[in-house]
Amino acid sequence: MTKEKSGVGPVVAQRAHFAAPLKLRSGGVVPAYDLVFETYGTLNAAKSNAILVCHALSGNHHVAGHYADDPGSLGWWDNIIGPGRPLDTDRFFVVGVNNLGGCHGSTGPSSINPATGKPWGADFPLMAVIDWVQAQARLADRLGIDAWAAVIGGSLGGMQALRWTITYPERIRHALVIAAAPKLTAENIAFNEVARQAILTDPEFHGGHFYEHGVKPVRGLRLARMLGHITYLSDDQMAEKFGRRLRHGKFSYDYDVEFEVESYLRYQGDKFAGYFDANTYLLMTKALDYFDPAREDDGDLTATLARTKAGFLVVSFTTDWRFSPARSKEIVHALLANGRDVSYAEIDLNSGHDSFLMADPQYHAIIDAYLKNVTL
Amino acid sequence: MTNSLGRADFDVIAGWVRPGEKVLDLGCGDGSLLKQLIAERGVRGWGVDIEDSNVLATMKNGINVIQSDLEQGLAGFADAAFDLVVLSRTLQTVRHTQGILIEMLRVGREAVVSFPNFAYWKNRMAILNGRMPVSEDLPYQWFDTPNVRFFTLLDFETLCDEMGIIRRERQVLDEKGNLVTEEPNFLGSLAVYRIGRG
Repeated sequence: MTKEKSGVGPVVAQRAHFAAPLKLRSGGVVPAYDLVFETYGTLNAAKSNAILVCHALSGNHHVAGHYADDPGSLGWWDNIIGPGRPLDTDRFFVVGVNNLGGCHGSTGPSSINPATGKPWGADFPLMAVIDWVQAQARLADRLGIDAWAAVIGGSLGGMQALRWTITYPERIRHALVIAAAPKLTAENIAFNEVARQAILTDPEFHGGHFYEHGVKPVRGLRLARMLGHITYLSDDQMAEKFGRRLRHGKFSYDYDVEFEVESYLRYQGDKFAGYFDANTYLLMTKALDYFDPAREDDGDLTATLARTKAGFLVVSFTTDWRFSPARSKEIVHALLANGRDVSYAEIDLNSGHDSFLMADPQYHAIIDAYLKNVTL
Repeated sequence: MTNSLGRADFDVIAGWVRPGEKVLDLGCGDGSLLKQLIAERGVRGWGVDIEDSNVLATMKNGINVIQSDLEQGLAGFADAAFDLVVLSRTLQTVRHTQGILIEMLRVGREAVVSFPNFAYWKNRMAILNGRMPVSEDLPYQWFDTPNVRFFTLLDFETLCDEMGIIRRERQVLDEKGNLVTEEPNFLGSLAVYRIGRG
């Protein structure tokens, strides 16, 4: 048990430079780029024990452990990675990477555009999930990994795992697709659009070139995050966590924080707007909206997933209404129709979409059991 | 509903599958049946269960498992995706009897159902003595049973006829798991049928 508590310990981020241009789904090109990444555990001699962890909208490469100079800097999915944890670093070599277009060290809108000597800003090309997967494949080449033992991700990260199975069927043996969907619904795109409008209409956005003005569209980003947060939680959970509790015990009849839920949202919005890049946020939401691999097959997901060879674990959460169990089941049924090895677990947790980050015993036991059956 | 006592009907089912066939086991428990069919007969298997503990146990056994509620039917499962759909000792617990039979034969080319025979002589005796039967194949008290449908071989066969379901094979077992060849509706405790679309 002490082992389980210890996690992976101090970690160091690494950087890889890729000089070859990357052609994008949009037709655009990233001429050269850097990816920052972290690894945990040891790559075995056969290089058959590597797991790629793909991040969602606001995530990054710092998935587990902490930086030596900051014990509080725990990775965003630390609870599932480490010795004796489901992504067991005694057995697996785990890789976290900050996606292209990100704002945590990989090349993105806040990086310098070599053509202008100024930050890319709005000129940074929009990304599709397939572009990230191509970039990740080049990182795998660099690490000498021919095929991942598994690719795992939640939400937008799950979409990347699914995309891997379609684009590189020979290079992924298992996909763990968690709280994801084969494509967004209109309602889901609508939420993204409101978030984008909050940023795009912020006077300090400056068409995406705010860096040159020494400002940030903090108000827009804050609103976008507040809206996002509401959709990541569940009604039950909000009732439980905040209810109608008042900050000061009585109404003050003004627009300061009164209800606890307001305080929570403002805090989350402020925190996020303080460190996240607005252009990255926009680009990530667009990648979510564009994702629809079955589009290549006139919407026939079964035909699309006929190209896969991996084994699958699909997981959804009962109270996730942003990426509901019904969406995950579409993936499951298309895989079953192709006779693919697939398991599906629907975890009863009340944390909505954010459930995928929780350390629920059943959830983690399912991931653990699945990965224990992955041969190296 | 598959439990450690229920291996005799597993052997019957094992005799009805061919290597490479795709088998869907509804109410798969810990995946024991599929594990046996994969090991002995080289089938490909997927289990379905609603209970967290069963889903986890099946996964630990290295068997594909889909967490789903049978009372919701098999919506979403593609037509004819499986060679065989198995419902082992579970039909009597499902409220929508006809619905699940139709769904099984939509999703599978054939289906196997096994169920306790309410007309087994010991069950008849129990009723004659004024008590609800409790036996190897009906192991519950009336107040805690998961069973909601009580029927006999004749009842089931009549329903199949009414629904245009073809009965391809039948094996009947006594409480010890031995094959029953005479007077099956009287001497049989558990019935196993292989059925198909008419």
